[in-house]
Amino acid sequence: MSDATLFQDAAGVARRPRRWHIAVFLLPAVLVYTAVMILPLVETLRLSLFNTVDGQSTFVGLGNFKVLFGDARWAADFWNALKNNFIFFAIHMLVQNPIGVALAAMLSTPKLRFSAVYRTAIFLPTLLSFVIVGFIWKLILSPIWGVSPYLMDLVGLKSLFSPWLGKPDSALIAVSLISVWQYVGIPMMLIYAALLNIPDEVIEAAECDGVTGWSQFWKIKLPLVLPAIGIISILTFVGNFNAFDLVYTVQGALAGPDKSTDILGTLLYRTFFGFQLQLGDRSMGATIATVMFLIILAGVAFYLFVVQRRIRRYQF
Amino acid sequence: MLPRARISFSRMALVHLALVAYALVSLFPVFLTLINSVKSRNAIFRNPMQLPTAETFDLVGYATVLKQGDFASYFQNSMIVTVVAIALVLLFGAMAAFALSEYRFRGNSLMGLYLALGIMIPIRLGTVAILQGMVATGLVNTLTALILVYTAQGIPLAVFILSEFMRTVSDDLKNAGRIDGLSEYAIFFRLVLPLVRPAMATVAVFTMIPIWNDLWFPLILAPGEATKTVTLGAQMFIGQFVTNWNAVLAALSLAILPVLVLYLAFSRQLIRGITSGAVK
Repeated sequence: MSDATLFQDAAGVARRPRRWHIAVFLLPAVLVYTAVMILPLVETLRLSLFNTVDGQSTFVGLGNFKVLFGDARWAADFWNALKNNFIFFAIHMLVQNPIGVALAAMLSTPKLRFSAVYRTAIFLPTLLSFVIVGFIWKLILSPIWGVSPYLMDLVGLKSLFSPWLGKPDSALIAVSLISVWQYVGIPMMLIYAALLNIPDEVIEAAECDGVTGWSQFWKIKLPLVLPAIGIISILTFVGNFNAFDLVYTVQGALAGPDKSTDILGTLLYRTFFGFQLQLGDRSMGATIATVMFLIILAGVAFYLFVVQRRIRRYQF
Repeated sequence: MLPRARISFSRMALVHLALVAYALVSLFPVFLTLINSVKSRNAIFRNPMQLPTAETFDLVGYATVLKQGDFASYFQNSMIVTVVAIALVLLFGAMAAFALSEYRFRGNSLMGLYLALGIMIPIRLGTVAILQGMVATGLVNTLTALILVYTAQGIPLAVFILSEFMRTVSDDLKNAGRIDGLSEYAIFFRLVLPLVRPAMATVAVFTMIPIWNDLWFPLILAPGEATKTVTLGAQMFIGQFVTNWNAVLAALSLAILPVLVLYLAFSRQLIRGITSGAVK
């Protein structure tokens, strides 16, 4: 720093007394946030570059990643979990978000009666914990109880029933759909809010031009709520990596049957915390967390720099 | 005019039909659990869809839950953790939001960005090191560990939402306070905080739901009997009593009921909060 800037700073301080209150206001939040969230995150990233060699923590560079991606003991589990995570995400994007948009579009019908009742009912599952939701659906889909076969019999589809949660082919889809059932309220609410924000003049202008009903929805409303759909997509993407609780509740930590519902969250839990005969492995746990971190970072960056810039925003 | 009215009538009927159908899909599992939790074992299996009658009414499940599980203490733990964490998130978050929105200082926007990082990155990714830190400080199996984690988890969103709202508080009001000789702290606590109360309610709800429902951190940081939360307690209880359907259904109902009551009481504020504050 040159003398001139030092002098300027000194003058600035002299003109205005040090504003300690700014630091006081910021300190508690920054302290807790840094100590409990940022530092552990950084430490986890650091740990992923270390492993225990001969009882000593040693820097191994990208060795842990090599093991995770290529070693016979780890790679199969890891790629399986990653693949399942993407299927889980894809089902949410293809089922949850379109249903959410459709419900929001119906809810925003002008002069719709009971709309508050519908909203309240459809949003309720979102507030329940994964534990509750997981067990309820486990009971409902259980062949012992017979609620699902009974209900399917009512519509003549009884022959299609099978214990979906117990079959490796269908378990992941079943678990994803349970999660869709629970969380459809969030896209519904956000899109609903975005639809309500469209000014009446725009809709009236469309109606004057004879654009009504379906074509009005596709041509006018949907383009206007695209930013909200973008936000929902990125929320879904990040939420995907938090989806440990549901799988743990419904299928246990081993994410059965035969690891068919194993996602990165359950793999992380088993790896670093240990489960049954498997001992916890901190370094490999940190490595998996780091991979998840990088995937999330890539997703968020893609959204911020590619998707959000292409979406046209309209100012009313 | 007449044909158009008829079309919109039939469209309206279709919309209602679809919404009723989906509302039923949403409510049915909860309803099924609640009605079967007060039925006898035989009735649960023979007629799951039937409402409880005088003959099939049975509270044996609740009796098991109250005798075997320590739900009162789980509930208390959850309440302490949730209430203290929300209070800290609101206080610390509002203070930081005030500093960021009210004062111009070097590094302001950088600080805002730093605090916003946590909105997108799940705190769970740092669990390995968080557990390590909690072991080192002897906080494992204490409610303090959970409160700290949830406070850190809630702060980013709280700062983000609250600073948006604090920008709308009129400068004239604050300057009038300054001329009257109020300190900056008094301006924050006595003038600004009361004005952003609606936003605080929104933040409280957004913070509360993930804390109350979380399974991950209680499982890893506080699995001890004395510190179990309701979510973890219900999970473990159901895991043990998996074949006792009365007990399982009763435990599920007990876990649902507080949420249900709170939701019905506050659903209007909650929905208004989501539809107004969240998307801007």
